[in-house]
Amino acid sequence: MTTLLELDRVAARYGPVQALSDVSLVVREGEVVAVLGANGAGKTTTLRAISGTVSRTGGIELEGKQLKGGPEAAARAGIAHVPEGRGTFVDLTVTENLRLGAYARRDRSVKADVKRVGEYFPWMVERGSQRAGTLSGGEQQMLALGRALMSRPRLMLLDEPSLGLAPLIVREFFRIVRRLNEDEGLTVLVVEQDARIALAASSRAYVLEVGRVALTGTSAELRDDESIRRSYLGY
Amino acid sequence: MILAAFSDFMQQVVSGLASGGIYALLALALVIIHRSTGVINFAQGEMATLSTYIAWALIAHHGWRYGPAFVATLAVSFVGGVGIHRVVIRPVERGSVLRIVIVTIGLLVAINGFVIWEWGGEPQQLQSPFGTDTYTIGGVVVAAHDIGTIVVALGIVFLLWALFQFTKVGLALRAAAVNPEEARLVGVRVSWMLALGWGLAALLGAVAGMLTAPTVGLDPNMMAAVLIYSFAAAVLGGIDSPLGAVVGGLLIGVLLNMLSYLSQYGIFDWFTEELRLPMALLVILGVLLVRPQGMFGQPEVKRV
Repeated sequence: MTTLLELDRVAARYGPVQALSDVSLVVREGEVVAVLGANGAGKTTTLRAISGTVSRTGGIELEGKQLKGGPEAAARAGIAHVPEGRGTFVDLTVTENLRLGAYARRDRSVKADVKRVGEYFPWMVERGSQRAGTLSGGEQQMLALGRALMSRPRLMLLDEPSLGLAPLIVREFFRIVRRLNEDEGLTVLVVEQDARIALAASSRAYVLEVGRVALTGTSAELRDDESIRRSYLGY
Repeated sequence: MILAAFSDFMQQVVSGLASGGIYALLALALVIIHRSTGVINFAQGEMATLSTYIAWALIAHHGWRYGPAFVATLAVSFVGGVGIHRVVIRPVERGSVLRIVIVTIGLLVAINGFVIWEWGGEPQQLQSPFGTDTYTIGGVVVAAHDIGTIVVALGIVFLLWALFQFTKVGLALRAAAVNPEEARLVGVRVSWMLALGWGLAALLGAVAGMLTAPTVGLDPNMMAAVLIYSFAAAVLGGIDSPLGAVVGGLLIGVLLNMLSYLSQYGIFDWFTEELRLPMALLVILGVLLVRPQGMFGQPEVKRV
């Protein structure tokens, strides 16, 4: 498998707070990779560094090309970042949210793609004119995923999709991510607090500790090693 | 007697709608900037005045016909609005709201000074594109300029609504205004969208100014009162609601004329023309005290 994304000794800070000190990781084409770790380990910042939402040092390459500039540039390069806490435009309708997902694209097949997303989430077509702010938490998270799909991303970044959602909905969410990965070859880098569900959905994982990579391996290895589970993943 | 009173009433309604249409345009400009930049643009009136002077100069000094001068003025105003955002507003945008407000007040003074320096302070005459004819429809005398103003104002409102509702750039403008962080993540160049908002606001002001000048006369301070009425309209409608700005503008226009009308018949006979501005301020104060979000605004609720 070819390398899609490569982080080389990436560091990032918010003012005086060093959030990432040394993160190197690789995501290959067609993989689902999880980033795990405790609160404050730098999981969210890793995604923010990739999408250029926070300024960073070190190398970040997508398909061998250095990523530069802010989130607008990252979106144009093919990165769809679904931020923590849904990330929908609450004042806009479901359809408008989806249309915005395709904003960075230049081609005109947006309508066909709304239909394609509708195959995964039929309710988004039926309730297209509903304001996103009136959706339930789970529906908003699904809409954020649907909107990210609309950009036909090379790489999707999911930040804590399970946050504040009922377990049943979280399972449904990851089932769809799984399907997208298998059917369409979607590459995903997912950050999760809930290690159990993230390891079940991913093929490889990185564990962060205070801004650096503490260990990495296949999800199966991490899942089966009881001492790792106890000391790093807390379950 | 009753018939005369009725036709007089209708005349006041029509001319109220005409001035209300102008307030609506300027209020819409205020709303667009408030939604994106988060401040009241105190220079909105002077920007409109400057635009109107440009139209007048093209016609009076350079011999342009009204149509081309109108279009050229809109174009120059749009570009000027974008330029003002890029050059003057953007550098202070990340600071406190107060800084931006002070910059817009500075702009007000600067533009006003520039207009007087360039064209002098004495009033000038800008023709109405609709002429000075009056029509009598069913006993009601209406001025062609008033009808034209209403049609143009509503037409512009409709075009703007269509732009926001049906185009990709309109969608991006709304997204950038309500949620700039998210908008950047989907690839919207938010800073340019804000500049575009300033351009649209300047364009709206230009139309409002060119429609105002034929009735009140073109002078450097002609938009000062209009801006106050537009503030009232925007506050009444809800400072973040485009629909509210339009409804508020029309309401303020008609309401003020109704007071004039009724005072002729002994009702509210204390009302004189001098009280129009204080009435507008009363509306602003009343709305802010009783229903701060205005008619169409939503009270701020955030879902966590």
